[in-house]
Amino acid sequence: MDNNYILLIVIVLIYLFLIGYVGYVAWRRTKSADDYMVAGRETHPFIMALSYGATFISTAAIVGFGGVAGVYGMGLLWLTVLNILVGIFIAFVLFGKRTRKMGHNLKALTFPEFLSRRFNSKFIQYFSGAIIFLGMPLYASVVLIGMARFVETTLGINYSIALIAMAIIVAVYVIFGGIRGVMYTDALQGTIMFIGMIIVLGFIYWITGGIIGGNQALTNLINVVPPNATAAAAATGFTGWTSMPSLGSPFWWTLVSTLILGVGIGVLSQPQLVVRFMTVKSNKELNRAVLIGGIFIFMMTGTAFIVGALSNVYFFNTVGQLAIQVVGGNADNIIPKFISAAMPLWFAYLFMITLLSAAMSTLSAQFHVQGTALGRDIFETITGTKGKSSVLVARAGITIAVIVAVILGFTLPTNIIAVGTAMWFSITAAAFLSMYVFALFWKRSTKVGVISGLVIGALLSIFWLVFEYKKSAAALGICKAITGQTVLIAANPWPTVDSIIIALPIAFVITVVVSLLTKPQPKEQLDKIFRGV
Amino acid sequence: MTILVLGINDPWVFSAYILAILSMLLCVVYGALNWNKGGEDEEKQVKEEMEWHKKEKEMEEEELGLWDEEG
Repeated sequence: MDNNYILLIVIVLIYLFLIGYVGYVAWRRTKSADDYMVAGRETHPFIMALSYGATFISTAAIVGFGGVAGVYGMGLLWLTVLNILVGIFIAFVLFGKRTRKMGHNLKALTFPEFLSRRFNSKFIQYFSGAIIFLGMPLYASVVLIGMARFVETTLGINYSIALIAMAIIVAVYVIFGGIRGVMYTDALQGTIMFIGMIIVLGFIYWITGGIIGGNQALTNLINVVPPNATAAAAATGFTGWTSMPSLGSPFWWTLVSTLILGVGIGVLSQPQLVVRFMTVKSNKELNRAVLIGGIFIFMMTGTAFIVGALSNVYFFNTVGQLAIQVVGGNADNIIPKFISAAMPLWFAYLFMITLLSAAMSTLSAQFHVQGTALGRDIFETITGTKGKSSVLVARAGITIAVIVAVILGFTLPTNIIAVGTAMWFSITAAAFLSMYVFALFWKRSTKVGVISGLVIGALLSIFWLVFEYKKSAAALGICKAITGQTVLIAANPWPTVDSIIIALPIAFVITVVVSLLTKPQPKEQLDKIFRGV
Repeated sequence: MTILVLGINDPWVFSAYILAILSMLLCVVYGALNWNKGGEDEEKQVKEEMEWHKKEKEMEEEELGLWDEEG
């Protein structure tokens, strides 16, 4: 036991030393370079792609969605397809290049600032800032939960202690190192994540009998397990781990609308990711980043989903139970449990570092974006005050964000990581995606049009989450308190249809209709914004 | 009769498995083909940005104190 702790401490110290060293080198470089932001724009494509990837892929993706794959099976690989095609290819090639050029023309540094300058509206900036500041703690807290669950399982310590310890480590990191050399430490963390995941993928196929053998074993599993083990899931549409749920069943709607579409499409309008496009100096970097990002995301999400699904084979062969039974019904624990049960201890520690990397890179970006949302987008825009007071507000914003994330970490129910992530992606997609798409591609879109889409999309998706989407409505209890029912429409499939399916199309239509009814933006403004696009 | 591809019997699932690999290859091929393209306006733009970042930096120094207080 003592040796194990020495090993753990050595691994953690090496890791912290590496992060500290890279952060220091980055800091030195930024000092000698003309300035921080330009240094950011001269970033190597490897750094840019891994930084984007490490921010995109968090513990939520690996632990939360990996665990969900243990329940929903390999159908979740559709999310990998969307993550690569939409989250990398479309995001970089179609959205990224335009965002970079227009961001340059607009001199924008944050996502709300980009949108607000594109349409010449301060309201867009503080309203978007408010959505980010109020909504993002949910996402940040599920990332924290993912990390804490792993530490709880691997080190055998109390979940609450793990949660607070993680929050403190991340807060220190964000405050002292996270703002400066963030791209470089992200890239190092991305590299660690990549190596960790390759080892796990190789390992799981090695112990389950190779790619075809392992998949085949998973396909056969549904015929081998006692029917009562899957009865509850089967009643809602589950058909096996290598087949899609029954079309239109609640199980199908959750998998397809919330997990696959919500996250797969919602990624396009993630504020902390869009910002990355504004920090590259030319399309060349984006072209190169597509190559690296494609491989990275494939290895991260593909591995997590395959491992989550195949962990059923491992657990059934070793303890005669399904993954979800082994963890007592909390899917958030499937990946941690698998790593600590199946793999050598030294690797469990190494994987913990992998996850710590994933959590830190995502959380630092999230907390930073929340801080600037409160300081720059809300406080400065509304009060018109600049100077020291807005710094204080931004720092207060980061502190509040960390505290709220920790409180949510204690109060949120189990099985929350993937759903919490998906909810945040849905809200941001409903609010920002139509505006962002039209900002980039449709010159006829107007200020009033996009504001209508923004406000209605945001309100509609929040309304849906509070009153109709069962998982969130039941947890919040607001609908129950007002109407006496858990959700407004109890008939299937509505309680399992994700808000993105409802709110996003409506926001799109409203933006188009209102834009066509209102006066177009002056041509000289548009010429300036679209210069060189 | 069900067809097994990669040990998976549902076409909707094995096609996701294969499409995920193909999507990755698409990114690799696109990135490789365009590896040196798109850098034409780089110099001009970096020069422009140096200018406005200098201004931005001065502003931020006053507003946020982000750059000078630790270094």
